[in-house]
Amino acid sequence: MSQHTWGILVDAFPKLLKYLVNVTVPLTVLSFALAIVIAVIVALIQYANIKGLKQICRFYIWVVRGTPVLVQLYLIFYGLPKLGLVLDAFPCAVLVFGFNEAAYMAESVRGSLESVSKGQLEAGQCVGMNYLQIMWHIVLPQAFRVAFPALSNSLISLTKETSLAASITVMEMFRQAQVINGRVYQPIGLYTEVALVYLLLCTVLTAVQHWGERRLGSYGTKPEDPGFFGRLFGRRKGGAAV
Amino acid sequence: MMLEAKNVHKSFDGKMILKGIDVTVNKGDVVAILGPSGSGKTTLLRCLNFLERADEGTLTFDDTQVDLHHVSKRDIAAIRKKTAFVFQNYNLFQNKTVLDNVTLGLTSARGMKKDKAREKAIKALERVGMADRLDSYPAQLSGGQQQRVAIARGLASDPEIIYFDEPTSALDPELIGEVLSVMRSLAEEGMTMLVVTHEMEFARNVSNTVLFMEDGVVIEHAPTKEFFNAPKSERAREFVHRILSREE
Repeated sequence: MSQHTWGILVDAFPKLLKYLVNVTVPLTVLSFALAIVIAVIVALIQYANIKGLKQICRFYIWVVRGTPVLVQLYLIFYGLPKLGLVLDAFPCAVLVFGFNEAAYMAESVRGSLESVSKGQLEAGQCVGMNYLQIMWHIVLPQAFRVAFPALSNSLISLTKETSLAASITVMEMFRQAQVINGRVYQPIGLYTEVALVYLLLCTVLTAVQHWGERRLGSYGTKPEDPGFFGRLFGRRKGGAAV
Repeated sequence: MMLEAKNVHKSFDGKMILKGIDVTVNKGDVVAILGPSGSGKTTLLRCLNFLERADEGTLTFDDTQVDLHHVSKRDIAAIRKKTAFVFQNYNLFQNKTVLDNVTLGLTSARGMKKDKAREKAIKALERVGMADRLDSYPAQLSGGQQQRVAIARGLASDPEIIYFDEPTSALDPELIGEVLSVMRSLAEEGMTMLVVTHEMEFARNVSNTVLFMEDGVVIEHAPTKEFFNAPKSERAREFVHRILSREE
């Protein structure tokens, strides 16, 4: 790589970081926060089998999972103004990513709720607890432990997905890379660089997931923990590859 | 009379499992519900504690009389607070320690202060010999230990009656004894118990009444000695004979 190219990439780095911190991360965090609220509500409605609302939830999941998120972005950003509803690009992206990821997460959460055995609920009833107490003390904590890896998956996937917001004029990290590339034309270098920044970010999230899983505890069901790097490279403590 | 259920009916998918069962339990009774698999013993027990909603029947518990089908949530809650249920597969709360398993029903459902609940829980756990494992999780205990904690969970709320649904059926043979001996000591202390079991030894030596069921009907309801020594019905005679011959 020439001195010149290297200089361009070094120059670009702080700019990319700026948009990472100012746009990509807030976009991810807000979308994920919205998604988790929707997902939990949608999952609980199905778990509690609330007639009518449950069908609406199934319909929502069917439509959102069955259509590309890029198309959803275009439809909301370019389509809604035709109906007189104009949204800025950033909130528009938050809404679309939030509702989109929530459809997947709702299924993870529902599966986790259903993974808690019926006997746990019955035992709760028999010691005199009511439905909300059973949900709060027994079902939700157990379900959350099960859902956590899947929800971490969603967060990591969402982080990278936010790059699609570039297509509806949100100036986030990937769009910034495109803009710089338009000036200097270094597609291999710049897009590799931006890919590495996403990789770095997702590595941090993977570490957070690992830390979270340890904090959540396994209620005495798991043996020795292989550690973050052990897990990353598929090794158990003691060094043998799995 | 503490508990009287009359004419309990229950079907699953059109198949009638309980065809009009009557049960009476007096204070201090240990009633063994016996009978071949599929006779409806477990379903009966679950109906009495509303884990299954019976199609028909009445339940009188102390002074409260309810229709087993059209029972209100309030009545269910009130009756459940006076009873305890021990499951075949223990159903300890997997996310709670031994101590929390026992205190949760006291603190959350009965609004008891933490300190007092802890005190009661430890007393109950001492009775089943599990007070040295307060901080263990269910997954770290053997089946027999889990079942003893489950019994302590029931005892902690001072129930008037404990329902046991095949409490030793999921246990390895060498672990059955520890659970049965806890149950025997409860019976000796005068606890009222309704026990679905396949442990004939236990039924014979500990219970004072036998309820023999087959195909959703009570075939014989008799004092234990009478049932084992001189069963009245043909089916009960066969049942007892088969068991006695197996033991020899």
